[in-house]
Amino acid sequence: MTWLEFGFPWLTTAIAWTLIILGALFFMAGSVGLLRFPDVLTRLHALTKADNLGLGLICLGLAWQAGFTPVAFKLLLIWLLALLSSSVSCHLVARYVLHAAAREQRRD
Amino acid sequence: MSHSAFYLLVAGFLLFSLLLGLARIYLGPEPASRLLVAQLFGTTTAAVLVLLAEAMSLPGLRDVALLFTLLAAVLGVAFVRLSSPGRETPP
Repeated sequence: MTWLEFGFPWLTTAIAWTLIILGALFFMAGSVGLLRFPDVLTRLHALTKADNLGLGLICLGLAWQAGFTPVAFKLLLIWLLALLSSSVSCHLVARYVLHAAAREQRRD
Repeated sequence: MSHSAFYLLVAGFLLFSLLLGLARIYLGPEPASRLLVAQLFGTTTAAVLVLLAEAMSLPGLRDVALLFTLLAAVLGVAFVRLSSPGRETPP
């Protein structure tokens, strides 16, 4: 029951469902990218899109549907935690891959 | 279409996209690629849980989603820490 509901009951649902569908498409794009891209760093690129935008859009859509409630706040918290954890772990994985490549080069 | 049916449909779609990611675990030549799929699993599971919490009106599932995101971070750190070859033992 958001403020937009006043006069346009269908508009809230339409916006929320559009956001959720967009998020699901980002997840699909992330999976396909993980499957199709040639090496770890490009796969990392595909993964971060799914992590940040996919979950973000789905949480945003659900929060929009929930209105100005504690539930919406919690959904945004879930997204913030996912942003934080995915950026940290993706940075660590990228550094690991680069160091491994440097080690290989030194060995040759 | 009712709201919960729509949410369940999207959750099913996300599970299908996870199924695609499983192929990379099977193919993935290096462990880092497999780890990336595990990360994707964590995030997608969180999204599915958030959707299911709304569809089945089980608010506790949102806390489970929070836990999944947290565990995905721990997984990434543990992988990098444990599988670096030629590294001195941690103090």
